[in-house]
Amino acid sequence: MTQTDAAPRQTLTQKLANPTRFMQLSGTLMPWFAGAAAALIVYAMYLAFFVAPEDYQQGQTVKIMFIHVPAAWLGMMGYALIAISSFGYLVFRHPLADVSAKAAAPIGAAFTFLALATGSLWGKPMWGTYWVWDARLTSMLILLFLYFGLMALRSAVDDEAMAGKLCAVLGLVGVTILPIIKFSVDWWNTLHQPASVIRMDGPTIHSDLLWPLLISALGFSLLFFALHMKGMRNEILRRRLKSLTMAEVDRARSVSAAAAG
Amino acid sequence: MTTFWTLLKRDLLLQAREGGALGTALGFYLIVVTMMPLGLGPDLNLLSRIAPGVLWIALLLSALLSLPRIFEADDEDGSLEVMATGELPLELAAAAKALAHWISTGIPLALLAPVLGLLLNLELRAYPALVATMLAGTPAISFLGSAGAALTLRARRGGLLLALLVLPLYIPTLIFGIAAISAATGGPSGFQASFLILAAISLFSLVVGPFAAAAAIRFQTQ
Repeated sequence: MTQTDAAPRQTLTQKLANPTRFMQLSGTLMPWFAGAAAALIVYAMYLAFFVAPEDYQQGQTVKIMFIHVPAAWLGMMGYALIAISSFGYLVFRHPLADVSAKAAAPIGAAFTFLALATGSLWGKPMWGTYWVWDARLTSMLILLFLYFGLMALRSAVDDEAMAGKLCAVLGLVGVTILPIIKFSVDWWNTLHQPASVIRMDGPTIHSDLLWPLLISALGFSLLFFALHMKGMRNEILRRRLKSLTMAEVDRARSVSAAAAG
Repeated sequence: MTTFWTLLKRDLLLQAREGGALGTALGFYLIVVTMMPLGLGPDLNLLSRIAPGVLWIALLLSALLSLPRIFEADDEDGSLEVMATGELPLELAAAAKALAHWISTGIPLALLAPVLGLLLNLELRAYPALVATMLAGTPAISFLGSAGAALTLRARRGGLLLALLVLPLYIPTLIFGIAAISAATGGPSGFQASFLILAAISLFSLVVGPFAAAAAIRFQTQ
């Protein structure tokens, strides 16, 4: 961004390929993200609990929506982030892309799980049961399985660089098939539509509920990015520590070899 | 292209001469389907209603069982590295091996399904649809599965991991396979629509599977 940088000019992504530069930038940005996330979530919860009116049908339970809907959005966005990172890692060999994909998986899985958990708590008073095989619930559950698969593959391969590449392949396969899965689940659901489900998309949402929802979504998105940044920073530090340890082991080994010889 | 056919023929010959592999998959298929009435009770009306689903799910599990064998032996004796450096693009080599898996496992399982349908009191008019959907749907199982097998080639607990990775990818095949059969026996949707989508999913896997498998093998044999 400064004029002093040597030619050829680099884009921001290229600049961030240097982990030290990324650590500096993320170190400055992260407190702001985290602070803004906390402030927005608190404000959204205040609006949700004290300002927003109760739904005339759902009563107080409508307030679950302010956590449920952002969590569902972020669960899906997490997978999109993994797909973009995987693409960046396989095609451009961006060194931080793998770090980003690795850090995003547990956070995305956590938000997906949060969406499913709050959804089932919301389903109990609304539908009379914790779980229905609704198309959206089923799709989210499968998304959670895809996250589990990614995390399991990464932990099952010993070589970390290899694990990153294989996970990137899996991430891209997953994202190409995800729309087909979504479509097929919708199809399946229309074939076996259970009678008990009340459609949620009745009248369009009122602005008294919409504003807290949007603020909450923004707050949770910032929380996602703050967590993701923190996860990436931890991963970079962990890798540095590991390479330092390996270097130390090598040094000790050569010293002892020299002493023996 | 002759290399492709040679590789395909070699894999099929290995499967045939080796023996056991096909028998194990078919035996597994038989035993899983046999367990169903034992678990659910011998009510023929109930069994007739759930037969397509049971047959499809058991087929997925049986095919899953034989997936690790696509690349395992070749990885152990080093032939996979030769293929990775050979003149035939690795994508085509992976496709040949997945095709061999389909011919040697997918087709026999699909042809065994009607026999097992008798055990489950499947409606008579569902038989043609059952075999047709399984023949059209099993390529997706082999080709997507080959990608999963390549990804877990050298992973710890590869077999269990493979199931976790690959089964979610089979969901579209399962759903449209069942939808087509239920349409043939008087369900709400048309048979043709579901069947064509099923075939489309198989064609799609034909493209995605070999590319993903080749990428994964290339990383691991370098």
